[in-house]
Amino acid sequence: MSAARDDILAGIRRGLRRGPLPAATAAGLAERISAHRRNLIPARAAALDHSARIDLFVAMAEEVQTTVARVTSGDAVPAEVARYLAAENLPAELVMAPDPSLDTIPWAARPLLSIRRGRAEPGDAVSLTPCLAAIAETGTLLLASGADSPTTLNFLPDTHIVVLRAGDVVASYEDGFDLVRARSVAGPEGWPRTLNLITGPSRTGDIEQRIQLGAHGPRRLHIVLVDEPEVAANGPPAR
Amino acid sequence: MQPTSRSFPANILAGLADPVLQRALGLARTGFPLRRQQAIGRLPEFEELRDQGRAIKDHTLGHLDFYLELYETNVAAAGGQVHWARDAAEARAAVLEICRSVGAKIVTKGKSMVAEEIALNDHLEQNGITPVETDLGEYIIQLRHEPPSHIIAPAIHLMKEQVADAFRAAHTELAPDRPLEEVRTLCEEARAILRPHFLAADVGITGANFLVAETGSSIIVTNEGNGDLTQTLPRVHIVVASLEKIVPTLEDAATLLRLLARSATGQEFSSYTTISTGPRRPGDPDGPEQYHVVLLDNGRSELLGGEFQDMLRCLRCAACLNHCPVYAAVGGHAYGWVYPGPMGAVLTPALVGLGEAGHLPNASTFCGRCEEVCPVKIPLPKMMRHWREREFVQRLSPIAYRSGLRFWAWLATRPSLYHAVTEIASRVLGWVGRGRGRFRSLPLAAGWTLGRDMPAPEGRSFHSLWAEHQRACKRR
Amino acid sequence: MPEPVRVALLVTCLVDLFRPSVGFAAVALLEAAGCTVEVPRAQTCCGQPAYNSGDRVDAKRIARQVIEAFAGYDYVVAPSGSCAGMIRVHYPQLFADEPETLAAAQGLAARTYELVSFLVDVRGVNSVAACWERSATYHDACSGLRELGVKAQPRLLLASIEGLRLCELASVDVCCGFGGTFCVKYPEISDKMVADKGAEIAATGAEAVLAGDLGCLLNIAGKLARLGSPVEVRHIAEVLAGMTSETPAIGKPAGSL
Repeated sequence: MSAARDDILAGIRRGLRRGPLPAATAAGLAERISAHRRNLIPARAAALDHSARIDLFVAMAEEVQTTVARVTSGDAVPAEVARYLAAENLPAELVMAPDPSLDTIPWAARPLLSIRRGRAEPGDAVSLTPCLAAIAETGTLLLASGADSPTTLNFLPDTHIVVLRAGDVVASYEDGFDLVRARSVAGPEGWPRTLNLITGPSRTGDIEQRIQLGAHGPRRLHIVLVDEPEVAANGPPAR
Repeated sequence: MQPTSRSFPANILAGLADPVLQRALGLARTGFPLRRQQAIGRLPEFEELRDQGRAIKDHTLGHLDFYLELYETNVAAAGGQVHWARDAAEARAAVLEICRSVGAKIVTKGKSMVAEEIALNDHLEQNGITPVETDLGEYIIQLRHEPPSHIIAPAIHLMKEQVADAFRAAHTELAPDRPLEEVRTLCEEARAILRPHFLAADVGITGANFLVAETGSSIIVTNEGNGDLTQTLPRVHIVVASLEKIVPTLEDAATLLRLLARSATGQEFSSYTTISTGPRRPGDPDGPEQYHVVLLDNGRSELLGGEFQDMLRCLRCAACLNHCPVYAAVGGHAYGWVYPGPMGAVLTPALVGLGEAGHLPNASTFCGRCEEVCPVKIPLPKMMRHWREREFVQRLSPIAYRSGLRFWAWLATRPSLYHAVTEIASRVLGWVGRGRGRFRSLPLAAGWTLGRDMPAPEGRSFHSLWAEHQRACKRR
Repeated sequence: MPEPVRVALLVTCLVDLFRPSVGFAAVALLEAAGCTVEVPRAQTCCGQPAYNSGDRVDAKRIARQVIEAFAGYDYVVAPSGSCAGMIRVHYPQLFADEPETLAAAQGLAARTYELVSFLVDVRGVNSVAACWERSATYHDACSGLRELGVKAQPRLLLASIEGLRLCELASVDVCCGFGGTFCVKYPEISDKMVADKGAEIAATGAEAVLAGDLGCLLNIAGKLARLGSPVEVRHIAEVLAGMTSETPAIGKPAGSL
């Protein structure tokens, strides 16, 4: 295929009426990449303080049929999950990401909640994952794949529950990308295989433009927002 | 797919006469503009973002070779592989070879216009591989053996009854008399039917809304989750994408993403925007083992540096389709190929030739609504005019039409003769039509008078009346 | 009242042939706004049919004639957004590759206006003395709207007309399907578009529909007449100039006043 590659690149240069870029220009473009400067960030979330940002996130998420339950500490999470499943008439069983950040939650306080850690399998009805960040601008969750965060948890089950720590709410997608950069080993192989930006449950408007939830992905997205007073491990970026 | 754009005049008659299509189009043509208007009304910075999006795209196109090479380097560094394809045949061959290398029997597909462009499904089927469309709209039209009629809502031309018919005919394992009146039931059925295919697929093929040079990533923007199941569950993930999808950084992608969903469906952000980089990492419990990107030229590089370069900024949001009164009148199938509406009118002749697709850039009133709503400010009417210029020079337009225009221009550059002719014409037509004030039929104007009357002229030309008026003023 | 200016009227080919009243209404409005109006005889067409058909050579020939005929005036005003737009927006593009003519084209473009926007934006007119007891709706012609930003100005002046009640179309900015050569090339699509426009007009319940472009008006009037609609179709200039009792509406017979 290298003949194709050469032809295509030659065709591009022909159209642009030049040869390969001079080294100085290429260096300038490389700098543009490594600097990855932000373009305009809307003021909507960026201009808010952290508390207002959290409120905005909740409002935007609820607009797209995400449900949000706010609890005051990690200790309250199992009760909320049990309550939610009962309220939705779902069995009290779920598959949970092996992520260590979920280990500090006292799941044993709810022994009737049947929990398996791992990736999702076809029969799983409910999954529970953490998230890397929550983007206030549009009520969007940022999840990254990894050894402890299987992507199938986000898509296979009918119901997806996300535990979000208030300290992980950020303003913009760009804030989220910086978080990924910070925790990834330098180079693309350190980047997660999958970054999911999730805004509400699955939906389609493909038939007569009438919106239907639960097209192929989860039909329910429920966030348990932990309003911890202390800042979580990631912390909000200094903005 | 084979273009049928040449038969656009016949295609539009079929579309105009189709009551179900007209009902379906009626739903779309008020809904989309309203939702877009509401979304951009909530974002004061939208206009500035349009300018920034345009600038990002123009910058990238001006340095496309650099960014594609960097992209390839980073795909490889992440454990993936880029396959360069000059044309549809090379792209199909690349996909087939990858599928064969893993003994693929079933392939799930996320929605991809590029895959339609290269007629990938037919090719896979001819080679013993079963492609299963998983986007609901694409699945429906796959069952009906028809092409998509819209670049983001493939089944927009259908009402739910036709979907129900297609499901009843195809899902023969289900009770034939089951109720399928509700949209909800149809969606549930599709979900249940397609789930086993997601799980059984050997290879998953998606398109890409963006390719990111900085990280070697591909980005898909969806709402259903089918694209994500397609690219996560099988052993192999193949991305088919054309050259101009590349953007430099994630920040650049974020700017364009802010424009995309709002322009397309009026959403703030799509349900699922997914950034994929390479295959699964060591230790990942799920994800594909192989990641391939088939990078397609198929005429894009030809447009660089020419009068159609701006078309390469297109984000495939479909805002132009959704606001086009011609599209709203005739639907997407009339355009005869993969890309309908204003963007199709500009892109199709570039990809399949003016001889085949000449009607498309001609079928426009240049109302300009498309350009007005394009998130990256592509001057669509201007480029349609450029196609018309090429057509004129190449003498491809009908001789009667060209002769009529040349005669008009000849007359118009002879003012005295022109004024004499218009005075006579206005007198004659004015006199004949004075009784009713209009004509039910008029020689040489059958197209007009088929559905409309022609108002009669007042009976004198302005210039002759003005000359009289001037003489009267002088006498006073 | 600002200083008196010399205005050349660009009649437009449709006004010349079909409805001179519009031209006279335009003259009356311009004179009332303190302009002396002349009508260069050497004008025929702005060249848009040739230009939009891809015939740049003929478009340029006609454009050069226009540039010459309209040289030396303070302003050039047309009762048509599409003709004014052709000169203002497209003449400079047409001569982008001819530096000698480009300067003259740009000069003409800068002085050329659609009628209503000229009255409001340049002459500062914000009301007219006319009265017309009607409910009316207004169709924004595409070129005027999108190329020249003509939207608020007609509504401002119509609002000043005693007795006139203005109601808006549901989809204010959708093309009527005229499109110059389009209605000849693709008459069935054009017919569908004007049928939709007619339905929208009917839905407003308005007694009259107005617009600033005669192409749109002939199209709309022709469709409404075929449908047997009683809705009156007029050019906005006739209404602003108070000339509605002098000429029948477009498509209506002479005795219908």
